[in-house]
Amino acid sequence: MSDPTPGRMTYREACKQAIRDALNRDPNCFVMGEDVGLYGGCYAVTKGLLEEFGPDRIRDTPLAESVIAGAGIGAAIGGMRPIVEIMTCNFSLLALDQIVNNAATIPHMSGGQFAVPVVIRMATGGGRQLAAQHSHSLEGWYAHIPGIKVLAPGTVEDARYMLAAALDDPNPVLIFEHVVLYNEEGTLDPEVTAVDISSAKVRRPGSDLTILAYGGCLPKALEAAGQLAEAGIDAEVVDLRVLRPLDDATIFASVSRTRRCVIVDEGWRSGSLSAEIAARLADDLFFELDAPIRRVCTREVPIPYPAHLEEAALPQTADIVEAARALARPQ
Amino acid sequence: MTGKLKIDKEHGQHLFRQMLRIRRFESKAAELYQAQKIRGFLHLYDGEEAIAVGIMQALDERDAIVATYREHGHALARGIAMGPVMAEMYGKLEGCSRGRGGSMHIFDRDARFLGGNAIVAGGMPLAVGTALADRQLRPGAVTACFFGEGAAGEGEFHESMNLAALWRLPVLFVCENNLYAMGVPLEIAEADTQIVHKAQGYGIPGEQVDGMNPVAVEIAAQRAVESIREGNGPYFLECRTYRFRAHSMFDSQQYRTKEEVEQWKERDPLAHMQKWLIDARLMSQDELSEIEAEVDAEIEEAVAFAEAGTWEDVDDLERFVLMDEVPR
Repeated sequence: MSDPTPGRMTYREACKQAIRDALNRDPNCFVMGEDVGLYGGCYAVTKGLLEEFGPDRIRDTPLAESVIAGAGIGAAIGGMRPIVEIMTCNFSLLALDQIVNNAATIPHMSGGQFAVPVVIRMATGGGRQLAAQHSHSLEGWYAHIPGIKVLAPGTVEDARYMLAAALDDPNPVLIFEHVVLYNEEGTLDPEVTAVDISSAKVRRPGSDLTILAYGGCLPKALEAAGQLAEAGIDAEVVDLRVLRPLDDATIFASVSRTRRCVIVDEGWRSGSLSAEIAARLADDLFFELDAPIRRVCTREVPIPYPAHLEEAALPQTADIVEAARALARPQ
Repeated sequence: MTGKLKIDKEHGQHLFRQMLRIRRFESKAAELYQAQKIRGFLHLYDGEEAIAVGIMQALDERDAIVATYREHGHALARGIAMGPVMAEMYGKLEGCSRGRGGSMHIFDRDARFLGGNAIVAGGMPLAVGTALADRQLRPGAVTACFFGEGAAGEGEFHESMNLAALWRLPVLFVCENNLYAMGVPLEIAEADTQIVHKAQGYGIPGEQVDGMNPVAVEIAAQRAVESIREGNGPYFLECRTYRFRAHSMFDSQQYRTKEEVEQWKERDPLAHMQKWLIDARLMSQDELSEIEAEVDAEIEEAVAFAEAGTWEDVDDLERFVLMDEVPR
């Protein structure tokens, strides 16, 4: 598919270009994971890279998440810059020991003698009727863990540039790519050639309330803001981008300005990232809030297969609009 | 490499001294645990010294070591100074991991000692990874990965062996088969109690070694490391051994009989080595006394070093949770 607009590409293509760049930039960088080579990646992100870089740089692995993650961690300790792909975050549970007990602990536990500069990419989220073992959003779990950084690119620009920043970081960085975003298109600003992995970003300025969202829910939040504008409510949309460590400053700055906040989180509500953010807002901004904090989260069920049930389970634009309207100043 | 090794006086005394250092260090550690100088879990290596000592003979400074939570012996045999190892167990800043890991998590960057890992089999994927890096960045280097026979029950064991074999990575897998995974006897844990068969199932050359004999371990390790350095991929040594003490500091040891423990103690690697060296006139009584005195002095100094150590400033609690740079 050729597109006449320069810099216009899908999120998937942006992920691929990011990987290609990384491989060209650093001979010690390589990709490792299930089906990343011959198959081209479960979500076709690495399609064509095997032919371009060969099997030492694009390493197909057995179905063995623990050693895939663990070998990535070990290789990073040994001086390489691995990009590990785990097909979906549901499968990453088979690699939890390595991520939580090794990657996240070794720098601290060794007294700073060893860094673990590994990047682990995985698909997350629902919306493609893949049922309850391929659709969950577990990034909030990972965001619980000290010692790792957790990224959630929600735009084509972040998909394109977050990887380089992650590889430059001396810490283990997990990147959650939302499955629904892979086909989303965007146009890259030619002026932007890098992004940070430390800050949240205001994607739509507004004055009446703040919608905090990330990843696959970001387009829904922006769409909701559009609908709210039609109703005369000026919503600010803040893209969290970095789920650990959270950029409290940007979040607080926005909410202290708008005094109202809706948090959108594709994780389940109980014990979620949204709960953490709500608690921080309550701790630090209690007296500046003009309304209770609202949350739009995934319903507390394993994500079901049928489209209507899946839709009902996941946060939707209409849910965000409804939550926002309930909070906004009376017209 | 043949199956024989000519042990001269220096070599024999070195093996003996290394094992004695470990044995007496562990004995001191037990004493300090009772005195509550050392806390947490404390897994002692008595009875298994021949393995760490024999394996380290085959390694050099380019090689990496991934160890278990029963790793004081590996650290000492690798050449990490006794003072920082003891200080680590005290939890002092002068410990080799700033006291943050304690007994189970000894790290030493200079020695390429990548930690005692307290998750059974958890170090194995890591070892596969360091071997993958080394093949590109330090050709010829070997990662020696230690684990107990209990690891064979874990998926990570199988995932790691398969990938190491598939990619022909320079990993020396060293199974310290002490017959009990904590209190679970091998016979009730494994359908096939010959752990080496599992390696062979992945096409990894493997052998069973008398883990109570440092010379046997060294010979096997030299053979294995030579094969690995030649680029033949991983190698597996199942060292049959026995832990003389409880799993951690105290357990009632209901899972094994006193008779069994006594039978294995008759094969004590240290006592046998001592007798053999003296019988073969490779060590005199005077030399033995001298070695013992030197080891005791070293331990005394290590304890003094740990005692004199300081506590890490609480303000540094979160330091290194995230790193500012990759240490070079």
